[in-house]
Amino acid sequence: MEYILEMNDICKSFSGVKVLDNVSLRIKAGEVHALMGENGAGKSTLMKILMGIYKADSGSISINGEPVTVSGPKDAIAKGISMIHQELNPVLDMEVSENIFIGRELKTSGPIKLVDRASMRKEAEALFQSMDIGINPRTITRYLSVAEMQLVEIVKAISLNSRIVIMDEPTSAITEKEVQVLFQQIKKLKEQGVAIIYISHKMDEIFKISDSITVLRDGTLAGTGRSTDLDPDKLITMMVGREIKEVYPKEETVIKDVVLEVKNLNSGKRVRDVSFRLRSGEVLGIAGLVGSGRSELAETIFGIRPSTSGSILIHGKEVSIRHPKEAIARKMAMITEDRKQTGLNLKTTVEQNISLVSLGKLSKKGIIDKKKEAEAAENYMKSLKIKTFSRKTPVVSLSGGNQQKVVLAKWLLSEPEIIIFDEPTRGIDVGAKRDIYLLIGELAKQGKAVIVISSEMPEVMGISDRILVMCEGSVAGELKREAFTQEAIMNYASARGGKRA
Amino acid sequence: MSERLGIERTRWKDNVREFGILIAFVAIVAVLMIISPDAFAQPKNLIGIVKQASINGILACGMMFVILSDGIDLSVGSTVALAGVMAAHFAHPDTYPVLIPILIGILVGLGVGLLNGIGVAFGGIPPFIITLATMTAVRGVALIASGGSPVYDLSDTFNGIASGFIPGTIIPILAVYFLIIILVSGFILTKTVFGRRIYTIGGNEVAAKVSGINVKRMRLSVYAISGVLAGFAGVLLASRTISGSPTAGQGYELDAIAAVIIGGVSMSGGAGKWYGTLIGALLLAVLANGLDILNVSSNYQMVIKGAIIAIAVLVDIRGKSRNE
Repeated sequence: MEYILEMNDICKSFSGVKVLDNVSLRIKAGEVHALMGENGAGKSTLMKILMGIYKADSGSISINGEPVTVSGPKDAIAKGISMIHQELNPVLDMEVSENIFIGRELKTSGPIKLVDRASMRKEAEALFQSMDIGINPRTITRYLSVAEMQLVEIVKAISLNSRIVIMDEPTSAITEKEVQVLFQQIKKLKEQGVAIIYISHKMDEIFKISDSITVLRDGTLAGTGRSTDLDPDKLITMMVGREIKEVYPKEETVIKDVVLEVKNLNSGKRVRDVSFRLRSGEVLGIAGLVGSGRSELAETIFGIRPSTSGSILIHGKEVSIRHPKEAIARKMAMITEDRKQTGLNLKTTVEQNISLVSLGKLSKKGIIDKKKEAEAAENYMKSLKIKTFSRKTPVVSLSGGNQQKVVLAKWLLSEPEIIIFDEPTRGIDVGAKRDIYLLIGELAKQGKAVIVISSEMPEVMGISDRILVMCEGSVAGELKREAFTQEAIMNYASARGGKRA
Repeated sequence: MSERLGIERTRWKDNVREFGILIAFVAIVAVLMIISPDAFAQPKNLIGIVKQASINGILACGMMFVILSDGIDLSVGSTVALAGVMAAHFAHPDTYPVLIPILIGILVGLGVGLLNGIGVAFGGIPPFIITLATMTAVRGVALIASGGSPVYDLSDTFNGIASGFIPGTIIPILAVYFLIIILVSGFILTKTVFGRRIYTIGGNEVAAKVSGINVKRMRLSVYAISGVLAGFAGVLLASRTISGSPTAGQGYELDAIAAVIIGGVSMSGGAGKWYGTLIGALLLAVLANGLDILNVSSNYQMVIKGAIIAIAVLVDIRGKSRNE
């Protein structure tokens, strides 16, 4: 059978680092083709090349056997390719019909071309009806659920006459029931001959919905085949390509006294009645689906978001933390989820980012001791193996892994006792990941109390002593290291553990 | 190796960018010196330029703090007027010691600055909006407080604040105020924790907060600084013009912004050097003076000034897009 899409021998490097090495992807019309791989394996880079956001260094793309070059997202859409991003970005204050026709608004006839809202609503209505979706095109997008927004994106893709639809982790933020609705829509698309590239980490889903699977690992093609010929074990071996023990070095540590105790902590609807204890020398993993309140819990503990009730005890004493500076004063540190948004000042140098939290220590009467600052920066650049031209290099020019190490250096310099890592290895390469795992182990060995929030199941299982699983803002279950399995975590995370109604 | 070279080239380019404005400034001065040795190049004229640059320069110092924090202060021109009027009320001969009108002017500026700062930091009002509001309202207050016409009859000591010279020299006292203020500003921005934090909140507000910086207090501080300097500038302008005029300082906020931007401070905050503002303020004054001497009509002068602002920002944007 003819392939609707062929990507052949795609190579791509970013500043000398090869992120895709001879990767090929072949997709037939009317099939759901799952694209899998660990974070950083190159899935999103490959898709961005398909959408024309990046240009491949070498390799070719063919649609229906015809070689094409995709010059950008607009061109991709014109060629029948559209992408539903993991992070949806509709204009929230526009109505649904306007979002569907954004950038190609229908116009009235006549000498003056005005936006024809009535036609747009009518067309949107027809599209929804053809797919049995019960969304009113006049609804302001803000009031839709995430799942509904996703459906709107799918409708938009159809209205663009897309023959190839890329879905990037479409179920990461929606409920089980909504997943069923999504799957029905996917089946309808298949019947119409649309090819779907389905990016997901979730094994059960992949086997339920996909016809073929391609797995990437570290920028190379790890394997491809019919879903019926594969099973989860084979996939994991393909994805990881090595024993998990090697990837996640786990140091034996002595777990001592309780350092942090959280009692019945609430923050609006996002954090509900969370209690746990954290001991010195312990690595506590926090798992859960996106939107389960993990980051919000960490932000509440660290004073970034206000707590509505509950208490936090450090070394047995109740403390009030209403601003990060109070958390820092209590020797806490937080490596936030998004280093570019919340971790770094990209407008300045490596040195000034490292010293930021510890300026008090590096100054006298409010005047910065530049010599001390330089020494501190140089020390951490060496001990964390930060690859940078000099301490004066703008941090923006560093690779993701090295930027993350700058964030780590910033917090380590403040000599914390309690360290919260929120997705510490997101978007960084395997080598840098390993350095960070080793560091987390080392910190625990030094007697620090460590919390690691992670969406990567093997990661959280590999480095934690204990895992809390969150679901809908509360702790759905707790697992000791002996009891770690992906299934157990997923059960709790999807509220199937039975603990919560 | 290629990566290293890439970085080095970036730095070299950064230097050109950083010194570009200085090179432009030196070039303009040199050209004017050559064209007009008898008028422009005279020491008296050169010192006059510095004097000319001073009041705008002082406002630009305050503006620099605000812009570095990713803000803007449109109210400084109106503050100059209100501070001048209020100072003038207390500066009539044989009433109060000269320190009183000076303090009154500064306190007026502080008040406006705090109002802006509270609006931005605690009210969450965008800086452009709140300072546009105070710009309008403060101008109104200045007109009310003066009955709509300038306050005259000021004491000689008050009039001497801005018009004197350093004894035994031809250096105007006004230029000295400016130089002290810009040097202190430079010291604060480059050497102190406070200054570093201004860059940080302008560079990434959220990261600043997560790193323990009290962003609200920092914002309040920068608007207060801008207000205080505008108040002081108002006192100096009243002294120089021997009257407290409610219509003084119109458009001064734009000249101050222009000096800061020409000096290379990023409009989105977080980046820029203090001496850029010094050069920016001097460049504007040199340009006005030089074009006057060359008999360029003020209409054309405005066009040239506008072009220079646009070019300076264009260079700024180029510099940034390369970093991303």
